[in-house]
Amino acid sequence: MTTAPATISKRKARKFSPWAVVAWIVALGFFFPVFWMVLTAFKQEGDAATSPPKLFFTPTLDQFKAVFDQGIGPAMLNSLFATGLSTLLVLLLGVPAAFALSLRPVRKTQDALFFFMSTKMLPIVAAILPLYVIVSNIGLLDNIWALVILYTSMNLPIAVWMMRSFFLEVPGELLEAASLDGASLWRSVREVILPLVSPGIAATALICVIFAWNEFFFAVNLTAVNAQTMPVYLVGFIAGEGQYWAVLSAAATMAALPVILCGWFAQNKLVRGLSFGAIK
Amino acid sequence: MATITYRNASCIYAQAETLAVDSLNLDIQDGEFVVLVGPSGSGKSTALRMLAGLEDIDEGSIEIGGKDMTGVPSKDRDIAMVFQNYALYPNKTVAENMGFALKLRGVSAGERRKKVEEAAKVLDLTEYLDRKPAKLSGGQRQRVAMGRAIVREPQVFCMDEPLSNLDAKLRVQTRTQIAALQRRLGTTTVYVTHDQVEAMTMGDRVAVLKGGKLQQFASPSELYDKPKNAFVAGFIGSPAMNLVTAPITSDGIRIGESTLELERDEMALLADAGLKEVTIGVRPEQLELSESGGVEVIVDLVEDLGSEAYLYTHAGAGIQLVARSLPRSPARLADTVRLRRTPDGVVHLFHPDTGERIG
Repeated sequence: MTTAPATISKRKARKFSPWAVVAWIVALGFFFPVFWMVLTAFKQEGDAATSPPKLFFTPTLDQFKAVFDQGIGPAMLNSLFATGLSTLLVLLLGVPAAFALSLRPVRKTQDALFFFMSTKMLPIVAAILPLYVIVSNIGLLDNIWALVILYTSMNLPIAVWMMRSFFLEVPGELLEAASLDGASLWRSVREVILPLVSPGIAATALICVIFAWNEFFFAVNLTAVNAQTMPVYLVGFIAGEGQYWAVLSAAATMAALPVILCGWFAQNKLVRGLSFGAIK
Repeated sequence: MATITYRNASCIYAQAETLAVDSLNLDIQDGEFVVLVGPSGSGKSTALRMLAGLEDIDEGSIEIGGKDMTGVPSKDRDIAMVFQNYALYPNKTVAENMGFALKLRGVSAGERRKKVEEAAKVLDLTEYLDRKPAKLSGGQRQRVAMGRAIVREPQVFCMDEPLSNLDAKLRVQTRTQIAALQRRLGTTTVYVTHDQVEAMTMGDRVAVLKGGKLQQFASPSELYDKPKNAFVAGFIGSPAMNLVTAPITSDGIRIGESTLELERDEMALLADAGLKEVTIGVRPEQLELSESGGVEVIVDLVEDLGSEAYLYTHAGAGIQLVARSLPRSPARLADTVRLRRTPDGVVHLFHPDTGERIG
């Protein structure tokens, strides 16, 4: 009886499925542009512009050197600063809020949740003009702190909703058990609840990092030179005097790298998040 | 160790029309094992959670060892609780789970380890001390939850249906283990269950609740022999007591086409009460098959359990009676048979409207 399901799943795994082929094609379809970008980044401009495109060439780091020479450093630092700090702020504000809205609900919990959601309903384009005026009036135009504030408020509702769903998975009795064991609220949250939702925190942080890192609209409208972030900097390569594919690819690869690294590191945590059900 | 006193303790849930627990009064002795039992929605769990500080005491008070607990947070009540789903900390090992309360109290690591190991020995958990709860079976998790409670040597144990997630056989086994452990430790215990068998077998005294109100608080044998009202009569005992509301005749009560005869003193009680109808209660084991006299019934089902058999019968319109008989009972499905009270059988009399016991 106990071995039956195992053999069934084994047989299933071995069987050829046309859907597997479809899945592979779709997966390759997603992966190919990224692969091509990375490949092109290692080409000379001459190799990059050929038609049909060259698959074999002598790889070079010239384009990356060019990107650094053109001053990617400040843009990278701006992006790191705005992304890192805003994500940190979002977690500091959002995790306690989500905890309160899930494990300690009060009368207006639903309304509060809806309020968070509603802040995402207005198209940013509709708000950019007043935002510009406000940012200008408080003297934060072309200042990275403006983006820190905006990215924090942009990601906070998402983080609250995401974290809330993770907190809802935690059985409320755990808090009660800890409290009967003599733990203060802070102690039971730190020792019992937080370790359980840490995969959720990792996932939420990753989403915030991705959204903040790739954010373009605020950055392009509210910054110029000093506070320029990576997406804005990248646009500079899609400009005027002809297409320079190789150097654009190198810059884009550089821009994608931090997010890919974050995803890579978060992966272990995220996978552990999937086995969350083992709690009960 | 301590006494527990519920004094008119009430709990009101927001938006609920009735009180979850309505003026509960209980006096629990030091070292006593008290079971709160009732159907779902009876307020038994709420009453326990009020004691543990997990629900507010909205009116009245609850005292532990003579000290009023109203407004005292759970963590300062010195109560250990075993939850229905155990609520073990998934990220901690068995040993850490059991030792968490001691750690919070600042007990040294060595002392903690010693106490945890002692408790683990009692509960047969020694080899599992370094495992996480997810790697344990249901029975083992249940024992860890017990261990977490006993390691602390608290004033009071609260147990909220701790056996309901175990399979039938393990439940019976664990039932006796918990009862024996409690007797040995002598810790005042309040135990919540919906299972009247658990209530009867484990408790020194049993409080039967219904709709937030205490129905009766007595020893198991008294609940069984002298239920205070028709609800308790029907709730305690398995199969349940036969409860029939029927008109009173000159020598008994009329059930279907026949008469169940009552003793003279019972008739006198009914006469004093001045009733035309009465609810009678007879336990299945106090009814037997007879050749003549008694109540004529038709057999609907024969349940032969091996050591005994139960006859499920009906008499006339919607009156159902269950009787115990010898196994391999001669009665067959759809037979018409006669049932009468056994020589030492007791008939309980209840008021047909209020359900209160008469006499």
